[in-house]
Amino acid sequence: MSEKIGVYVCHCGTNIAGTVDVEDVAKWAAEQLKHRGVVIARDYKFMCSSLGQELIQKDIQELGLTRVVVAACSPHLHERTFRTACKNAGLNPYLCELVSIREQCSWIHADKVVGTEKSKAILSGGVERVIWHEALEPLRVPIHPATLVVGGGIAGIQAALEIADAGFPVIMVEREPSIGGHMAQFDKTFPTLDCSACILTPKMVDVGNHPNIKLLSWAEVTKVDGYVGNFQVVVKQKARCVVTELCTGCGICVEKCPKKVVDDVFEAGLGKRKAIYTPFPQAVPKYPVLDRENCTYFIKGTCKACEKFCPTGAIDFNQKDEYLQFDVGQIILATGWELFDVRRIPQYGYGRLPNVLTSLEFERLSNAAGPTGGKIVMKDGVTAPKSVGIVHCVGSRDKNYNAYCSSICCMQSLKFAHLVHERTGAEVHNFYIDIRTPSKGYEEFYQRLLEEGTHFVRGKVADITNSVRLPGEEGKLVIQVEDTLIGKQRRIPVDMVILSAGLEPRHDTKEVARLFGLSCSADGWMIERHPKLDPVATMTDGIMIAGCLQGPKDIPASVAQGAAAAARVVGKIQQKEISIEPVRATVNQDKCSGCRICNNLCPFNAILYHEDRMVSEVNPALCQGCGTCVAACPAGAITGTGFSNEQVLAQIEGLLMLNVKRMETIPA
Amino acid sequence: MTSNGKPKFAMYWAASCGGCEIAVLNIHEKILDVDANFEVVFWPVAMDAKYKDVEAMEDGSILLTLFNGAIRNDENEHIAKLLRQKSKILVAFGSCANEGCVPALANLSPVKDLMDTVYTTVSTENPENLRPQPTTTVPEGELYIPTMYPIVRTLDQVVDVDYYMPGCPPESHQIAAVIDLVIQVLQGKAQLPPKGTVIGAGGSTVCDECKRKRDVKHIKEFKRIQHVMIDPELCILEQGVICSGSATRSGCGALCPAAGSPCIGCYGPAEGALDFGARLMTAVSSVIDSNKPEEIERILDGIPDPAGMFYRFNMAGSLLRASRPAWDKK
Repeated sequence: MSEKIGVYVCHCGTNIAGTVDVEDVAKWAAEQLKHRGVVIARDYKFMCSSLGQELIQKDIQELGLTRVVVAACSPHLHERTFRTACKNAGLNPYLCELVSIREQCSWIHADKVVGTEKSKAILSGGVERVIWHEALEPLRVPIHPATLVVGGGIAGIQAALEIADAGFPVIMVEREPSIGGHMAQFDKTFPTLDCSACILTPKMVDVGNHPNIKLLSWAEVTKVDGYVGNFQVVVKQKARCVVTELCTGCGICVEKCPKKVVDDVFEAGLGKRKAIYTPFPQAVPKYPVLDRENCTYFIKGTCKACEKFCPTGAIDFNQKDEYLQFDVGQIILATGWELFDVRRIPQYGYGRLPNVLTSLEFERLSNAAGPTGGKIVMKDGVTAPKSVGIVHCVGSRDKNYNAYCSSICCMQSLKFAHLVHERTGAEVHNFYIDIRTPSKGYEEFYQRLLEEGTHFVRGKVADITNSVRLPGEEGKLVIQVEDTLIGKQRRIPVDMVILSAGLEPRHDTKEVARLFGLSCSADGWMIERHPKLDPVATMTDGIMIAGCLQGPKDIPASVAQGAAAAARVVGKIQQKEISIEPVRATVNQDKCSGCRICNNLCPFNAILYHEDRMVSEVNPALCQGCGTCVAACPAGAITGTGFSNEQVLAQIEGLLMLNVKRMETIPA
Repeated sequence: MTSNGKPKFAMYWAASCGGCEIAVLNIHEKILDVDANFEVVFWPVAMDAKYKDVEAMEDGSILLTLFNGAIRNDENEHIAKLLRQKSKILVAFGSCANEGCVPALANLSPVKDLMDTVYTTVSTENPENLRPQPTTTVPEGELYIPTMYPIVRTLDQVVDVDYYMPGCPPESHQIAAVIDLVIQVLQGKAQLPPKGTVIGAGGSTVCDECKRKRDVKHIKEFKRIQHVMIDPELCILEQGVICSGSATRSGCGALCPAAGSPCIGCYGPAEGALDFGARLMTAVSSVIDSNKPEEIERILDGIPDPAGMFYRFNMAGSLLRASRPAWDKK
């Protein structure tokens, strides 16, 4: 054994030292792993501190260490710290191995003996692994200045504008005909009661007009290849049947279209649109979309009213879906949320009782540009309700549906209460579990509502029914609830019920995650790189997340995340090139038999098959070191730097302590 | 050196089928070269010899021993250790000695289950439910039969091995070539390869020697060989029949695929590959063309016996070597 290995065991204050006898671990390593090349083993209060790092650097220089193993926290946190420390002392950074005895040991055990013994095993695995490490050099690659923003809600809009204003190109892809997202559906925003459209539409117009933004609405990303700095994306531009170069957005086609369709998306099913339509007057881009499923021409073969009346001849019934390819350096995902399907709680009567509305339906009902012009009326279209019940936490904070708090429903419900009060003078009951008003100006808004005379009933609504049991309930919706503050069951008759439904991840979030190589939490929201310190980055370099796809949040938080993601992106573009991990796969040309098993597995299309020599080869510029081909190669002809078979197997042997006690492996 | 001046040669069969012995004889007139250049001192299948004769030999007095068969019982182990002691060059000959081969599939079951299967099946006439005992007393004295071990081991899991010659059995032309080489070494015309080398085989895989046309693979269904007409041109795996060629060491000349039959992996893992079955399994599962869990389940159901399919030859030589019930001492 020619390597000189230094071992450093971190106390991490009491984080590790509380459940692991770190001094014993270091002492053990010095004695028991001496024959494996360990020449020094130390423990220190905080290895990541500058003093801790200096300890390593001094040993590298004075003892001539050729390998370093640090037993501390997860490599996510401090691998870079210790690699840099080694590099600064003249040791190749990839000859340093960080093993986690915090996340994988001290934090999950309570017994100090168990923690100490397990730490020894983890450390032993690291020592065996580091022996097989090779000196590597990071690769430098140029970064493409363009950024793909997926999703044109407020988070995506903010991100796109920030990047475009900084002078870099943006490609924005939106699935619906117009950008604007859910914010475009709202009438007022809490707590300031700003007109939502008034503050949103200028930003939408900016996106539409910005010279640095290429806006693709009615489009979806279908393929993502490459890696940070050099992604290749394919966007499906769905056929609008409108030639955007000719269309002036005059709206004559919409006006002349004879076919009306219930608008389930923008109007939440409360209003109608035409078969050729823009979802709302301020839509960006201004070009309408022809809905082929409902268009009379596509169903019956006649009509063509839109084409006849279009003054510029922009209608093209033969338009086909187009697949556009773009090179981008980075990607921001801001695909937003979906409303909890309140039908899943049948006892609340949605769909069965006409005057039970979802929150999104009420947003449209109260919107001045909505189907009733902002008049809050019951399903008959004329009668204003005299009493309204607003149910909080529908589908949220409920272990039967979603355990999490949807974060916006309390404030949204208060806003609804205010609007009902203001516009109808109706009596309003809010049914809540807890009122949560933590942001700026929110608590004040709650106090204002209390003063306006809204009733607050603390309790989870059990049932909403139209079956009469007591006098005064005739023709009403009766809300059955336990008022937990007075400890009594109550039946409260109202005219209208608003279900403040929770936010859920979009139904296809998992597919989107797979497409972009990201992962989702158990709740289905996308996972950020670090919940506190890196909320907009993801575990995939070059891909950021912003807004509600990361978790429920209000407009200011979504805007902040959009801007934060943009700042991260711009910062990277300005570096012009980035260094990427030199973890790459290589094919041993002598061992490769050209069986072609690996050929279509590579997610980065880095594997090339040479017909003439009948061997496969990995293009190091495209390879991301994911290891898929390494695992798949039946001949063992592919190896991955940093994750060689020798390294992994040696680590397992170390974990099993085969290096210190040769176990009796053969029973006989 | 013996009285006739020729170096000594031995061959032994432990837990094996005898195919390796036949493969050696199948080198035809080349066997005369063996006789011309060696004195055959111990070869139970071909000549009469007693263990005590071998025990009486000087340590290291046999130049070359070809040891075939796996280590299944205490007799196998005893002779393996004996021949190791008496031989200068010990070759693990054939799949059983190299990696356990078919006998090692028994490593998935405890010995008791194996015995029950053999001695109590419907076709077995055993009304008293007898089992073989290690020792039996008869009027003439005590009789001993070898004791089975809980698991089958490869030769090098028991003794130090100089060279490895894979194959079930090794191809005769490869045996002839190895014998030629040893003779040339004896005549001072060639050098022995470094200890631990795999001899009589290639460094790549069967695909390397296979003439079939291959493309990228998309598998929607696994079929068994009896259910398809194999296309004579196209890669067999691409036709949905599991062919082990991509994971199997080259050396046979891709005989089976050339004859329209999938490679079953008898030459063992490719150079440097540690676990044949794991390699082949990851490879085969990688080319399943589906992302839907239920469909993948259905496709995988097309492999009725995964252990037998992927570990037919390499169970004892694999990383796990045996299943848990077989390891447990009872």
